[in-house]
Amino acid sequence: MPEAPKVAVSFAVNGEPRTVEAYPMARLLDVLRHELRLTGTKEGCGEGECGACSVLIDGELVNSCLVPVAQVEGCRITTIEGISGETLHAVQEAFVECGAAQCGICTPGMVLAAVTLIERHSAQPTEDDVRNGLAGNLCRCTGYMRIFEAVLQACEKSVGAGA
Amino acid sequence: MAMQSDSMPDRFIGKSIPRKEGREKVTGRAVYVDDIAMLDMLHGVTVRSQVARGHLRGIRFAESIPWDEFTIVTAKDIPGKNCVALILDDQPCLANQVVNHAEEPVLLLAHADPYLLEEARRAVELDIEPLPPVFTIDDSLAKKQLIWGEDNIFKSFLVESGDVESAWSRAHLIVEGEYETGAQEQLYIEPQGIIATFDAEDGLTVWGSMQCPYYVHRALMTLLNLPVNSVRVIQTETGGGFGGKEEYPSMIAGHAALLARKSGKPVKIVYDRMEDMAATTKRHPSRTRHRTAVTREGKLLAMDIEFVVDGGAYATLSPVVLSRGTIHAAGPYFCPNVRIRSKAVATNFPPHGAFRGFGAPQSVFALERQMDQVARALGLTPEEFRRRNFVKEGETLAVGQMVREKIDMAALMECALDLSDYHAKRKRFAEENPRRAVKRGIGLASFLHGAGFTGSGERYMASLVGAEATPEGQVRVLAASTEMGQGTTTVFSQIAAEALGVDFDLIEIVQPDTALVPNSGPTVASRTCMVVGKLVESAVLGIRQQLLSSSLLKDKYTSEQFRQACRLFIQNHGELKSTAEYSAPVGVYWDDEKYRGDAYGAYAWAVYVAEVSVDMTTYEIRVDDLVAVQEVGRVINPVLATGQIEGGVAQGVGFALYENVVWQEGRMVNSQMTNYIMPTSADLPRIRVFFEEVPYAHGPGGAKGIGELPIDGPAPAIVNAIENAIGVSIKRIPVTPEVLMEALEGVHA
Repeated sequence: MPEAPKVAVSFAVNGEPRTVEAYPMARLLDVLRHELRLTGTKEGCGEGECGACSVLIDGELVNSCLVPVAQVEGCRITTIEGISGETLHAVQEAFVECGAAQCGICTPGMVLAAVTLIERHSAQPTEDDVRNGLAGNLCRCTGYMRIFEAVLQACEKSVGAGA
Repeated sequence: MAMQSDSMPDRFIGKSIPRKEGREKVTGRAVYVDDIAMLDMLHGVTVRSQVARGHLRGIRFAESIPWDEFTIVTAKDIPGKNCVALILDDQPCLANQVVNHAEEPVLLLAHADPYLLEEARRAVELDIEPLPPVFTIDDSLAKKQLIWGEDNIFKSFLVESGDVESAWSRAHLIVEGEYETGAQEQLYIEPQGIIATFDAEDGLTVWGSMQCPYYVHRALMTLLNLPVNSVRVIQTETGGGFGGKEEYPSMIAGHAALLARKSGKPVKIVYDRMEDMAATTKRHPSRTRHRTAVTREGKLLAMDIEFVVDGGAYATLSPVVLSRGTIHAAGPYFCPNVRIRSKAVATNFPPHGAFRGFGAPQSVFALERQMDQVARALGLTPEEFRRRNFVKEGETLAVGQMVREKIDMAALMECALDLSDYHAKRKRFAEENPRRAVKRGIGLASFLHGAGFTGSGERYMASLVGAEATPEGQVRVLAASTEMGQGTTTVFSQIAAEALGVDFDLIEIVQPDTALVPNSGPTVASRTCMVVGKLVESAVLGIRQQLLSSSLLKDKYTSEQFRQACRLFIQNHGELKSTAEYSAPVGVYWDDEKYRGDAYGAYAWAVYVAEVSVDMTTYEIRVDDLVAVQEVGRVINPVLATGQIEGGVAQGVGFALYENVVWQEGRMVNSQMTNYIMPTSADLPRIRVFFEEVPYAHGPGGAKGIGELPIDGPAPAIVNAIENAIGVSIKRIPVTPEVLMEALEGVHA
């Protein structure tokens, strides 16, 4: 591919500092999946439509298939692998309980979008807020209804817990 | 309104037990095929014809590429039969001499560097002498060019009951209509992919995203001329299928296997989105003509239906898609005189194939639009006309199947009309619409969907399921049914735990792997829960029976006692296994010759109501409400079942309004998520799902099949609602704003 030679790019992934040798225009998605073996981030379309490759860069939800790795020098990146430790995040709990994950391929991206949405709302969001917040993440299995329910349930819990 | 069965209280059936593999999926730990990397693995790509029909004269390799680094495979490298073995074995795995569609695979390349591989793919030039292609159903029927067999027809069926011709003269009214549906892409979010390894000792092993491991297994044996035990097929976590991964994985697996065999290294082929959308199968486009005779009392007197589907360049699953579409074409109605003539024809599009519903969404769309047209001609409301014609218990369907299920379609419809506030809304919209730029409408569709293979399919398939106890006292279920999001693993566990009366955690569902599990048939046709689930129940009961017979277990036992008994049995006998094989329920019979009889063991029955608004300035259509009421037998897991209905409805909304495959010279030109539009979270109404449960005697815990049902109803209900809103009858889907503009203004957009 790329005409330019490989370069060293340093950034933090899920709190850990990492340096990779990569073509500057290599997609962040490929670097995460292939170089760092963080395969929880999925490729659905490769053109920024489906959101399966969603990650957080400095807290912003982005499609990692559209980000050249050179752009993340010095950034903080969060992938699905960084969302939970021993116990699941409230959003993940709610996804399992409400049946919001079916085939599971859009789920990591959907979870990251939902986590972002909840963090942006200090009060309980409405269903319309959720619909708009998730409109960049496509799901072919669920018709989204269980996902809305899961996100609203997770919000109730975090609002209830004063989070 | 759920009814309870009268048996003992259930511990697991009817409970919304969370998905078994849910935790792996929400944490991103579930392993899909593209997540697997092997030492020394090569990547594989496919060079496609790019010409819809022609003679392959030669292949040129541009000099800019170091070709000696590449593994190159053509039809000459195929050791067995050059076909994707399925029904008619007419589709080559790699084209040789002739090409019949523009995405036809001709040559394969493998290399460790995916970037260089992509350059190389573009550097292969196929010299193809073009021949005139066939792109329409009419040209195919007229044999304008002969492109398949002796008449361009993959399959035809005739259903006849009564005497349609003698009925016309007695008719009070005769109504004619013609309806069309377009191709639809399955659009599973995980693209198709396979990894293959090959060595002389172990033979061929493939891992991949698939619905039917044994289809792939058979295709690979045929292609590589290998014995049964030299081919092993393992399903990896599968990111959606919807029919799209029923047959095409056999093609990709063949390609990966050929490259692995020649290179001696593991080869991964994963399609990108564009290739997946352009090259793999889609829902068959269709055209249906109806001629309907009714009596003065509004009773159906005769239905004459011509149903044609465009199969594309090779037969693939067209014969069986056509069969299901044909049988569903006359719907849940009683009519004394019915004739259905159907054909699947060849064109030079990439082959069309399985997509949820399998022919039924096409013929149901036509019928349910026609029912509204006939009602209007009679001066009856759509609901009243349907009420007068619903089939009742003891009456027969068009193929001569007597309805033995306790179904009351009129009551189901009343329920749907109440829940959707249908009558009040219809009245209110009629009053308000003349003053509004956004017009609203409400419409319905009533339909049925057969569960399991059509006709004798299940008898021929003779599916097997195994069960075995482990020394730790766990019960492993061995079935080829795949989990692809619909909940197989969880539902099978519920069925097994319920049958054994043990804890849910004692049940393990083995990942489908042809070296471990018997052939339970493909994961298609709404058959997994009802047909294979019943075999799971029987197989685990076989384990219990052996424990009871050996007196290691008493009639009443705890999970711990069950574990102990398994342990002791294995200590004494070495192993504890059981197998169940399908046998048709007594009294269920299908005549293949006459194409008559019990087409399905059981049906799911439904009435859906859609409410829409139509913007008369932009011609945009929104679905504002969708009520889905269905009788599906016992619901094993309400949350999973509701999710199946909601997901199917969402795909049905796409089928009705958005999903438009644009063809140019036989190629899909909008093979991207950017320009092929599926519903997003902002496009769908709240989908309201209601189950009526009448336990089915031959289903596990009383269950029937539900997977395909929900995609049959939304499109006709929505288009009926559009007609209610604007007073114009739309005959083809998807109803994009352009289609609506053409209908309303008589101009091409």
